[in-house]
Amino acid sequence: MPTTYEPIATTTLGSAAASVSFTSISGSYTDLVVVNFTISGNGSASLTVNGDTGSNYSRTFMYGDGSSAASGRSSNASSFTYTVGGTTNVYSATILNLMNYSNSTTYKTFLLRGNDPSGATAAHIGLWRNTAAITSLTITCASGNFPTGSTFTLYGIKAA
Amino acid sequence: MSPLLQTFANGSALAYRSLSAAAAGDYESIATVTGTGSNFEITFNSIPSTYAHLQIRCFVNDNNIGSAINMRLNGDTNANYTRHRLIGNGTSTSAAGGLNLTQIPALGNAGLPTTSLTYGVFIWDILDYNDTNKYTTVRYLSGQDSNGSGGVDFGSGLWLNTAAVTSITLRANDSGSSFTTASKFALYGIKSA
Repeated sequence: MPTTYEPIATTTLGSAAASVSFTSISGSYTDLVVVNFTISGNGSASLTVNGDTGSNYSRTFMYGDGSSAASGRSSNASSFTYTVGGTTNVYSATILNLMNYSNSTTYKTFLLRGNDPSGATAAHIGLWRNTAAITSLTITCASGNFPTGSTFTLYGIKAA
Repeated sequence: MSPLLQTFANGSALAYRSLSAAAAGDYESIATVTGTGSNFEITFNSIPSTYAHLQIRCFVNDNNIGSAINMRLNGDTNANYTRHRLIGNGTSTSAAGGLNLTQIPALGNAGLPTTSLTYGVFIWDILDYNDTNKYTTVRYLSGQDSNGSGGVDFGSGLWLNTAAVTSITLRANDSGSSFTTASKFALYGIKSA
């Protein structure tokens, strides 16, 4: 059986940064997975694809914060916003799946699990209304900078 | 991917695997099925027993019918499944359970998208699928967003049978559904040490 789930690139921040990008992403995989381990000043980060900052993103999400659960959505947004930790020194692990990212006939859908040990656990589904193959990703801190030591790793999964 | 290696002053060493991804060689593609434009179910047959766990990653539209996607194991159509789920519909969350089911449903609340360019996505994990001493447990994370509608569904299911899993069927609720040719169902195997 062909082996897959390959690391493509990793960024470890040696100093605080407002955003991290993966560019020139190969179209040779079926799905992409981004694992980021970081903190944001206001507890959220945002993803843009192929440099698109138009109103082409939407999402539906739910989360539990230890006392209650809630769901919400945003439409016609300029990025796909998702939950990360907002507490100093408490890094949250977020796993973002970009499914069938290189096809050029459908919109692209993202499936995400957010794990903030100091605040909430969350699941998000996101949409980018564009049929282009995804070739670059930019993850931006919603408030301030991602701190030193944050890691962002991109993996590729290839179906047989 | 090489394991992380921690070395000590006495010359001993410990190796660690990444917590975020399988090491190279541990996660293998077994088979992929694409929609034909006329089928409302797909089956992976003759699944090898050489892995510890299975994962299925799906990207699906059923020609805008908006069905849920359901799992059956080893062709069992009897009421031998249970399921618990947590869903968010963009306004509120809810939880539900089901007993004596004939299949394990996912994304039953929102259903697949009803617009042609938008697809629902599913990641199913079938855990310890070879063990003949216990019932088989699955879990899934699924969702679809259609810019103003949609939902996310997080759940687990149980097959009340101790047989090893050798085939998996994924099927739409509605027999009028037909998986588009861009729909993709990919089966992977995850090895243990």
